[in-house]
Amino acid sequence: MTDNLRGKSAIVGVGHAGFGEAHGFSAYDIMAQSTHAALNDAGLKLSDVDGLFCTMMEDSMPALMAAEYLGIQPRYIDGTMTGGSSFVNYLTSATMALEAGLCDVALICYGSNQRTASGRLVTASKLPPYEGLYSPRYPISGYALAAARHMYEYGTTRENMADVAVAARAWASHNPEAFMRDPLTREDVLSSRMVGDPLTKLDCCLVTDGGGAVILVRADRAKDFPNAPVYVLGSAAESSHRQISQMKDFTVTAAKDSGKRAFAMAGVTPADIDVVELYDAFTINTILFLEDLGFCKKGEGGAFVSDGRIAPGGNLAVNTNGGGLSCVHPGMYGIFTIIEAARQIRGDAPGMQLDGVELAVAHGNGGVLSSQVTAILGAASTV
Amino acid sequence: MERALGPDARFREGLSNGQINLPRCDGCDKPHFFPRINCPHCGGTALTWHQALGTGEVHTTTTVRRRPESGGDYNVCMVELSEGVRMMSRVDGIAPADVKIGMPVAVFVGDIDGAPAVLCKPAEG
Repeated sequence: MTDNLRGKSAIVGVGHAGFGEAHGFSAYDIMAQSTHAALNDAGLKLSDVDGLFCTMMEDSMPALMAAEYLGIQPRYIDGTMTGGSSFVNYLTSATMALEAGLCDVALICYGSNQRTASGRLVTASKLPPYEGLYSPRYPISGYALAAARHMYEYGTTRENMADVAVAARAWASHNPEAFMRDPLTREDVLSSRMVGDPLTKLDCCLVTDGGGAVILVRADRAKDFPNAPVYVLGSAAESSHRQISQMKDFTVTAAKDSGKRAFAMAGVTPADIDVVELYDAFTINTILFLEDLGFCKKGEGGAFVSDGRIAPGGNLAVNTNGGGLSCVHPGMYGIFTIIEAARQIRGDAPGMQLDGVELAVAHGNGGVLSSQVTAILGAASTV
Repeated sequence: MERALGPDARFREGLSNGQINLPRCDGCDKPHFFPRINCPHCGGTALTWHQALGTGEVHTTTTVRRRPESGGDYNVCMVELSEGVRMMSRVDGIAPADVKIGMPVAVFVGDIDGAPAVLCKPAEG
């Protein structure tokens, strides 16, 4: 039973680096800066790390490159690559490794210089064999195909999707770490350049540099660190395809299954959640994941996110840092859902800190809606 | 005895002869795409190939925006064949913006940059 892992690990340090433009720094430099920030936050040294959970968008053996760069010899490594969801997925494997005694200090880390290195969205792989011929522009075309079908089946509108971007920007406007903080209106999103119908440029996430790192230890020693521990109450993954053309239902993601199991493991429901951090690579993501995670019914996501309902002061706090749409998106965003969820629980979020946050969702997406990983994080009061 | 040819090569051989051939599982009787060694529905490995009817409908669609000087906008869609399988394709013969979900299409073997490819055009009548 996965219930055996409930609350068995805790996040004791988080860090990030290189948000926006990190001219002159490599992806590994940014990964290392993020790691040092997280270690400082936890009051630990590099030599304390004996478990490494890492993937990057360069090299075929990025976890080995990261260990070599940092100068550590981890006794446990997980470099599983499920795209941007990888880092949320590592919460499960790190908890398992810690609980089994395979390591004592688990480091999850990532870095990318995507913006200053190339200035465009990078996908880490070549085009799939039965799709490449048609020159889809990835990842945008994949998400556009899902968005179009959701509009067709449920009457979701471009205005609904625009409101996701508007809400993300409203959160970002309070966050000094966010890359885009200028006011944004629905009309701005609708009138920005169409890149892959029905998605405009402003329906798409940012392309920035940046990195993040998270330190976990076993729960029994979590209180020995400077910050309030953030416990992993539930974590679950589900993958449904790799290529967008193999997605069985373009309006339902595997988050339906990952969410159900993560909530069951944590013993809580969506109604208990104080803040939701999810991977908003495109505006349609937020709608799909809120539906599939059970915050609203399938098909009602468009209305659920509109007119400020997920913005500051709305019904549900979603992507309180500004998300991938307005805060940071360095190729893979997943680790930042963990960092912002943890900081909201600790009470030291860089932007708008909500009152009394005890339970948060961190949800990662990988590939083209392919891999879905949901984590439920909680304060000591929830364990 | 049939000469050995992997599922992908076999599909492409069909295309080069102007045919869209799809594997169907002998065990569960369902077709699948992309071609592979086992049926993704039941895991069966006994597969028989059948030529597709060449009819279908647009399941979902997007227009990839591109500068006119680079060739202009073009369609990328998912077509659902009458056999029940879906694949990525492109609807030719109409403007990308006129490709609609649910539109009946004829599915045929055309070519993209000299390579045989499954393409669609609006169904007649």
